[in-house]
Amino acid sequence: MINLFNYMNVSIILFLVSILGICLNQRNILVMLMSLEMMFLSVSFNLIFLSTYLDDVVGQIFSLLILTVAASESSIGLAILVIYYRIRNTITVELTNLMKG
Amino acid sequence: MYLTILFLPLLGSLISGFGGRWLGCWGSSLYSTSCVLISFFLSLMAFYEVGMCGVCCHITLSTWLESGAFKVNWGFLFDSVTVIMLIVVTSVSSLVHLYSISYMETDPHRPRFMAYLEIFTFFMLVLVTADNLLQMFLGWEGVGLASYLLINFWFTRLPANQSAIKALIVNRIGDFGLTLGILIIFWTFQSIDYSIIFSVAPLFEDFFFSFMGINWHCITLIGLFLFIGAVGKSAQLGLHTWLPDAMEGPTPVSALIHAATMVTAGVFLMIRFSLLLEFSPTILCILLTLGSLTAFFAGMTGIFQNDLKKVIAYSTCSQLGYMIFSCGLSCYEVSLFHLTNHAFFKALLFLSAGSVIHAVNNEQDMRRMGSLVSFLPLTYSLMLIGSLSLAGFPFLTGFYSKDFILELTQISSQKSLNSYYVSFSFWLGNISVFFTSFYSFRLIYLTFLNNSNINRSLVKSIHESSILMVLPLIILAFGSLFFGYLSKDLFIGLGTDFWKGSIFILPTNNFFVEAEWLLVLNKFLPFALTVLGIFLASLINITNVYKYFIFKIYGVTFFFAFLLNKKWFLDILYNRALVVPVLNFGYSTTFKALDRGFIELSGPLGLSIFVSKWSKVVSRLQSGLLTHYVFFIVIGICLLFLVLTYNSLIFNISPNVLLIFLVLTFYV
Repeated sequence: MINLFNYMNVSIILFLVSILGICLNQRNILVMLMSLEMMFLSVSFNLIFLSTYLDDVVGQIFSLLILTVAASESSIGLAILVIYYRIRNTITVELTNLMKG
Repeated sequence: MYLTILFLPLLGSLISGFGGRWLGCWGSSLYSTSCVLISFFLSLMAFYEVGMCGVCCHITLSTWLESGAFKVNWGFLFDSVTVIMLIVVTSVSSLVHLYSISYMETDPHRPRFMAYLEIFTFFMLVLVTADNLLQMFLGWEGVGLASYLLINFWFTRLPANQSAIKALIVNRIGDFGLTLGILIIFWTFQSIDYSIIFSVAPLFEDFFFSFMGINWHCITLIGLFLFIGAVGKSAQLGLHTWLPDAMEGPTPVSALIHAATMVTAGVFLMIRFSLLLEFSPTILCILLTLGSLTAFFAGMTGIFQNDLKKVIAYSTCSQLGYMIFSCGLSCYEVSLFHLTNHAFFKALLFLSAGSVIHAVNNEQDMRRMGSLVSFLPLTYSLMLIGSLSLAGFPFLTGFYSKDFILELTQISSQKSLNSYYVSFSFWLGNISVFFTSFYSFRLIYLTFLNNSNINRSLVKSIHESSILMVLPLIILAFGSLFFGYLSKDLFIGLGTDFWKGSIFILPTNNFFVEAEWLLVLNKFLPFALTVLGIFLASLINITNVYKYFIFKIYGVTFFFAFLLNKKWFLDILYNRALVVPVLNFGYSTTFKALDRGFIELSGPLGLSIFVSKWSKVVSRLQSGLLTHYVFFIVIGICLLFLVLTYNSLIFNISPNVLLIFLVLTFYV
């Protein structure tokens, strides 16, 4: 049976894990990008679940849109990453502190 | 004619001051002197009209200020008291002008000097002729200003600057009292016109007003504040310290301001307000006590002064004490009589002292003079006349006024008259007669009669002064010989109708007639003390008994002489207990701790420090690390949700504030 709280919990926990992955990660930008992808995943998962639960197709349309946005975003992000690596020879998060307040 | 008396000195001052370069030294001197001389002759005519013929003159020019019930006119009142003061001021002033033409001969700033003398005369005339208190206050402040300018005449000298500032500030303390007095007068009488005040004053005899839970007797309070003004201007004990220091100015200035005119303004104020003071026995008692203390104190201090001018300055102070306490005895006309006489012989003394100083090449210390009688016989005889007159030698001018004051104290101190507290001032006054004659003759002996202590190179150049300097002295000498006798009946004659309401004495305070029936033996007491003073001064200066005294009871006399020479340490006491703490308070407390400390820290400086410090702290949050930014974003969103969730529960934050918060969060 479809339990509202189980599915919601899964998506929220997935979202929180990805936030922690962004925040606690000190080393690798790739991990941050993956966490970002996980966020999109959790959000679209939540949307699909709710569209079936509420019997409304808009959520699935949104999740499809998010899928495309996430794909383009990750491609652009990886491109930026590649350019950054070409310049700095490192993608360690700790060392990307050139712009200070 | 009446206004010409006033405006001639003003005109003279303006023209000789601003046109001094054009007129030249001699031109400005002659011009200003002739202005005052004409004004003197005009005031003689005014005296004849007002005093002799009894035509009181009151001129109102225009309105000065008008605001509701408060109306001040430019008004000039010429009654008996005023014309006497006019005579005193203009005569002494014109003689001093005449004298200073020659005395200041070598001074490069003579036009300025003449302009200052003139402006002083003008303000003094404004003071005495005013018909309301505000105009009187104008003159009052004006003479203070002129005194500052004149003491400070040699402005390159540091002591002159210091004493000028001292004179102005100490006078200003009294002026503050006078201002309060004027304010209370307006509060009480709703007017500051003399005519209104004096006509309604008897109705306010039992008028009290409540201030800080105490019911103050209005007239006493007014009298007290006016008296504080008089204390400052007339150098009574307490605010007397400026007068001896004011001797830093040129000698004619001392003669004009600090002997004959300005210091008498306080006494004039008391005489003018006789009608008010009469209704308050308390204030009369204060006048009596402080006046006699001043006479005593200044007389005693004068004994051990070694500066020629300071001796005379202290004698002025002492005589002012006499005038004030005779006001306290309700004998205002005697006080005015003494004022007039005193103006003559004190101007004589000062100008002769100036002549002596001029002759011995600006040496003022009496210990470095002596034997001047053979060089300056004329000055000696003039100064002897002045000193005898000052000491109250019989049938000279001083005798008629001073002895009468003392006789009145004798009368009032009798128990049957129920004012036996006057015996205090009776004794102090009589002792100061002794002091007066003692220091006058000490001055004569040290300057003229003792062995010479003059530098040998100086002896050749000692000479009598020129005719321009001697002529005023001779005129003043005639004044101090005969004026008292000639005008005795006019001023204080039995039942004289000269005053015509310008002086008011309560019938219960009037002891004129009783003074005529004193025991003859009692009347001889002041004379005996005078002779004793002269005798003692001669004894000490002619024989060597003084040295004997010094060696015999060295410690006591030395301490005593030192104490008196240092003016009872009052100056030092004032400096240590009052002036320095006040200055320290001004610098360290109000300036450093309050102005530049607390107020600046809590105001502009503190705010700018706070903002720059905290902006640094806040901008340091922007570390450049991506993870920190993500952390702040998450924290910000959490806070935003927190606020949104509890918004309705806890506080009602407007959406705008939330928006600002959101934007700020994302900008961090």
